[in-house]
Order: sequence, then C-alpha cells, then structure tokens
Amino acid sequence: MTDSTMTLSRPGDTASRDGFAHLLHAEWTKFRTIRGWAVATVVAMLVTILLGVYGGAHSQNECPSGPCRFFLPTGPGGEAVTDTFYFVHRPLTADGSITAQVTSLSSVIESDLTPQGPARTQPALVPWSKAGLIVTADPRRGSAYAAVMATGSHGVRMQWNYTGDAAGLAGRASAASPRWLRLIRSGDVITGYDSADGTRWTTIGTVSLPGLTPTVQAGLFVTSPAYSVPASSGISGASASGGPTDTTATFDRVSLRGGPSGSSWTGTTVGGARNSPYATGSEAGYHRTDDAYVVTGSGDIAPDISDGTPIDGSLAGMFIGLIAVVVVGALFITAEYRRGLIRVTLAASPRRGRVLAAKAIVLGGVTFLAGLIGVAGAIWLADPILRANGNSVYPVSTLTEVRVIAGTAALVAVAALFALGIGAILRSGTGAVAVVVTAIILPYLLTAAFPVLPAGAADWLLRVTPAAGFAIKQTIPQYPQVAASYTPSQGYFPLAPWAGFAVLCGYAAVALALAAFLLRRRDA
Amino acid sequence: MRHALNAEWTKLRTLSSTSWLLLAAAALTVAVSAAAAAATSCPAGHCAEDPAKISFTGIYLGQAVVAVLAVTVISGEYGTCMIRLTLAAMPGRISVLAAKAATLTGLVLLTGAIAVAGSLLAGRALLTGHGFTPAHGYPALTLGDGPVLRAAIGSALYLALIALLSLGVATVIRDPAPAIGTVLGLLYLDPIIAAVLHDAHWHNIIERYAPMTAGLAIQATTNLSSLPISPWAGLGVLAGWAAGALLLGGLLFRLRDA
Repeated sequence: MTDSTMTLSRPGDTASRDGFAHLLHAEWTKFRTIRGWAVATVVAMLVTILLGVYGGAHSQNECPSGPCRFFLPTGPGGEAVTDTFYFVHRPLTADGSITAQVTSLSSVIESDLTPQGPARTQPALVPWSKAGLIVTADPRRGSAYAAVMATGSHGVRMQWNYTGDAAGLAGRASAASPRWLRLIRSGDVITGYDSADGTRWTTIGTVSLPGLTPTVQAGLFVTSPAYSVPASSGISGASASGGPTDTTATFDRVSLRGGPSGSSWTGTTVGGARNSPYATGSEAGYHRTDDAYVVTGSGDIAPDISDGTPIDGSLAGMFIGLIAVVVVGALFITAEYRRGLIRVTLAASPRRGRVLAAKAIVLGGVTFLAGLIGVAGAIWLADPILRANGNSVYPVSTLTEVRVIAGTAALVAVAALFALGIGAILRSGTGAVAVVVTAIILPYLLTAAFPVLPAGAADWLLRVTPAAGFAIKQTIPQYPQVAASYTPSQGYFPLAPWAGFAVLCGYAAVALALAAFLLRRRDA
Repeated sequence: MRHALNAEWTKLRTLSSTSWLLLAAAALTVAVSAAAAAATSCPAGHCAEDPAKISFTGIYLGQAVVAVLAVTVISGEYGTCMIRLTLAAMPGRISVLAAKAATLTGLVLLTGAIAVAGSLLAGRALLTGHGFTPAHGYPALTLGDGPVLRAAIGSALYLALIALLSLGVATVIRDPAPAIGTVLGLLYLDPIIAAVLHDAHWHNIIERYAPMTAGLAIQATTNLSSLPISPWAGLGVLAGWAAGALLLGGLLFRLRDA
C-alpha cells in the first residue's frame, strides 16, 4: 500500500492490515493446535520419505549371475544414452570429408533366442534402423558425434550428440534410388549433406562439436534398435515383448579425404557387451566387395529411455501423503462448520473472503513445506540406495531436479487447497475428500498405474482432469527419434510438466473462487 | 433386531442425502462405463480389451459414492451426536451395527443392480458399434453368457462389499473425512504404489490381496487362465477385508464410549 492511498483511506484500514496478520496468526493457531491435523501432516511427510527409502532398498537389479552393476553412459548433454553400433572406421584429421552411397538397407528380427545355436531370423522393417556416416571424437560410449544416415522408414537424417535430429531426403534407400551421404569436417564444425544423384548436394545441418580432438574417427556405421510390442497391460504396468534386430546395409563409392596416409579401415563393435538383452545382434561385422562395403550392425545411437530408473520412481509414498493432506485441507474448513466454530470465526472477522484467504495461505504454506521435505527426502535418500543396489538412476539437470521436487511439493499443496475450496463449497468433509481424491487420484489410477482405458482416452483424461498435475514429476522427455510406447503407464504425460500443473491449479483456483463467493452469499 | 432394522431403515430412508447419493452412484457408474465403452474400439479383432470389464469401468467411480454413503451412515451420527440417542434407545450395539449393515447392503445391492444393468446395456450398444462384433470373436454382451452373468452379479456384490468395508472402517475411525480418506486410499492407492515401486514381489501381493484389485477380478470374462486370482476367490478376498473391518469396528463400537 502506498502513502497516498494510506492518507486517503479510512483510519480502520491500517488496523485491517494488522487484522490480516492476526487472521493468519489465528488460522495458524487453529492448524497447529489440532493434534490430528499436525500429526497427519507430519505422517504424510514421513511416509513419503520412508516409502521412497523402502522402494530403493527393495529394487535389486538382478542379472543372471547375481546382482549386477549396470553402467549407463551419458552423452555430452548429460542425458543417459545408448551407444551401440557397428563401426567401420579410419582416422580423420582436422579438415576432411567422407562420402558414400547407401544402396540397400534391410533388417531382420531375431526370434527364439536360445543358448544353443544361432537365432532364427525373419525379415522386418525396423523404422529407426540407421546406416550412414559418422564422425566421432573417440569410440568411447557417450562421446560427441555427428552423423548422416539413411533410416528404415524416416528418410535421410542428420543426428548429433544423441538428441539432435534433422530431416533430409525422404524415402528409402535402394539400388534403384541410392542415397548419397557426405560429412565435411572443418575444425570443430561438421556439416552433413545428402543427395539423390551424387552431383547436386543439399545441406541438412551444420553442428559444432566443441573440443573435438585433432584426429577423430570417421567411417560407416550401422545400428538397429530392438523392436518391442506393447503386450498385456495390468497392474504390473504394460509389459512389452520384443527382441534384437540386425540391419545390413550396402555402402558404395566410399571415399575419405583428410586421413593420414597408410591407414586402413577397421571394424569395431562399439558398446558390444551390454547388459540389456536386446542390444546386440549376433551377426555384426562387415565385408568388402570391390568398392562396396556390406555392414551389419545392431543397437542404437540415441537417448536411453528404457534401461534406468527415473528419480520420480521414489515417490510412491507421496500418494499416501497426498490423501492425508487432502483430508486435512477439507477438515480445515468443514470442521468449523461441524462444530459451529465458523460463526465465531466470522463474527471475529466479518470479511469472509479474507478468512478464506488466510486459511489458504496457512494451509498452502504448511503443506508445501511438508511436501518439500517429504519429496526431497525421498529422492535424495533413495538415490544412493538405488545405486548401491545396481540400478542406474537417470541423470537429470539441476533445473529438472528442482522442478520435480518443488513441483511435486506444490502439487501436494495445491491438492490441499483444492480440498479447502471444495470443502467450503460442500460444507461436508466426507464429500470434499471423496470429490478431491476421485478427481485427482482416480484418473491417474485408471490411466497410469492400472491402465484399464485405451491410450487415447487415457491421454484425454490426463489433459482435462486434475490428475494432469502429475505431469510435473515426469523427467524423461519423449524423443521423436526413439521408437517407444509413450503412454501414461510408461510415465509419459500428454501435457508438458508445467502445463499439466497449471490444469490442477486451475481447478483449485476455480474451487476457491466459488468458495469465496458462496461463503459471502450464504449464512454460516 | 426387527426394531433396530426398522429404525435404521427409517433413518436411511428419510435422509435426503441417501437418495441423492444412490442416484449419483448409479448415474456416475453408467456414465463412466458408457464413456469407457465409447472410447474403446477393436478395429481388427483379437483385442486385448475385455468387453465386459470395459462395460463395468464405472464401478471404479461408483464405489467412491457408495463409500461416502456407507461412511455417512455411521459417522453422520457421531457428527450430530445422534449416536447417543440411537444407543440409548437400542443398547444392543452389535444389533445396531448389524441393522445398519443390513439396510445399507440392501440399498446398495439394489442400486448396484440398476447401475450394472445400465452399464451393460450401454456397453453392449456402444461396443458392438466399435468392432466388438461376433465377426471379431466377441458375441454381444448378454446375461445368458455365464462369465458375463458372473461379472454382472459380481459387480453389484462388489459394491455391497465396498459399502460394508467402508462401514467397518468408519465405525473404527468415527470422524467421516479421515474415514473416507482411509477407504479411498485403501482402494485406489494399492495399485498406484505397486506400480511406482516397480517391485515384482509387491505387484504379486497387491494383485491378489488388495481389496480393489482382488475384488474386481470378478469382472474378468476373457483370459481367465492368466488372472492372478480367480474371480470368486478375488471377491472372497474383498469379503475378508469387509468382514475384518466390520469385526474390528464392532469390537471398538462395543468397547468405546459413544
């Protein structure tokens, strides 16, 4: 409040400003002196932490020969990556280029993998099988790279550093319509080109790979990600069946300029020994016929979204805490109606909207703090236990971690405020708890935890119901260049984290606004 | 006992909230079932969906309304101190609770039957139009089909058992808001926690012994051999939960002052 309005306003207004502080103090006193509410809030916090720790302690990552340590490489951007491919390479110095023509690309699925004898194979179209040229800092997994490639059904692409992806020529490479690919290195800068005829070249993209060593490895690569078919859904989450695939590509007219003289092509299986059962096919290798190279590979060069544990996997207890604070939020107003205390409250402070505001501030503050301690405790305490048990926890940026922790705490607080609003509207604690719990928890249950609804209906429910708010805890983004089942039951929400949270806030805001209106209109 | 029954029936019948809640339970069950059926389609045959289960999806929401009614039956009396009057007039506390349970079960079974019939009709009409046809291996849903009849009767029984479970929990907790919070947490949270924990051991236990997941096994009509618990055994598990809650509630009801 400015000085000018102070002089214009009535003398009572300074008092009413103090009055709001008093009101806050009164509501805080009510909250902390009712033992059940304080206990419920603390229990909500502790359950969140303890269940997180319990989950970490009981998720032993088992390999056939006992507990295993599973190494998840990280890319230059800090994200977990899968980096497995067959690489036919030569050294390349500071400035140079590599050019080749992809004349065929075909894949097989390996089925009936048995310890005895080779797997049976059947031809298949693997949409994100890749065959092309790559320049990589060194063959260590997770190192910086830039590549141009022909793919199974996504045309020519240029990809770099695992997450970068740009589209080139459409269509599939074949002997009749081969795809010409070229990478030109100039210091740290690598430019990718494609061409249908080898004479007219189009730039797909230019990327800078800072800190590239003077001599890098350049050559031909082939990868072929595991295919997976989402199978039955149920309480165990959607299980998927699948298997490794192999892709074979023919490269013609391969030429490399800028390599040291006397070097020759070497074949390497990069990231060969992996724990994931579907990573490497058995047939990787290459052979040369005249100018042509026939290369077979398996795996993928892409962000990893299936082999690790996301940090929000430690938040099982948050759901119990959520229901506890919803009960407290509903009781914070309905208990006053039940005991007739609301008349005393409104007699002491006749401006009813302010009473509701004071209640909202106290409730929101307390539940946010309890949520913050609970969620941060669960994630930070469970993390070392998960790692000690051989799980790979997906690395996330500090910003994402702050968003998940503070956002989930805010989700808990906003749910309590939603219950406060509905409680003031219905004036019945039972009704308010039932409405808020079914509105927030039931859509999540039916779509994510125990998926009984088809994916389309699930996405729709998670856009329009308050359960959209759970999007705030999603940490693994959807990547268009990684084929996976991006459904709520796999932890992918249809709305962006803050957008989903805004939907929940919208519900709470409408409930509180209606509550303020009705509180003023109705007799207590 | 007849007097107790008559008294409880009068209380339940004359509260306007009872008829509203029962109406809401039936209407919401049918509405959600119809919405789920409208959202499901089977364009090519051999789909993973179980048409009977889809048709009864509304039970997931209907049970919450039934739980509210059941909690109110006992907690409402504590809120208005009516309970002292009730117990002064009928000192036999177990017969009071039994009379409450009996009238509640009757009303919920009736409502459940209407809700299930409505859901089945809606599901039958909508699913046939969405590819669940005899040509795709799905005969139209009819009560003449043994498993469908079992799923329909079982869903109504499921609602009655949820009412009894809620009555028992509310008798233990007495305060209505925490009581409904506990009931809904018990029903909805078990599968969520199992899913988030990603622990095969817990999945297994919760699929078979949690009240909602076990009880709703009664709705399955396809792939019966892959069910973690057989339909009637699952409903039996829920009955066990309800009996346990009522026993504990009855014991505390006798021991504590009102």
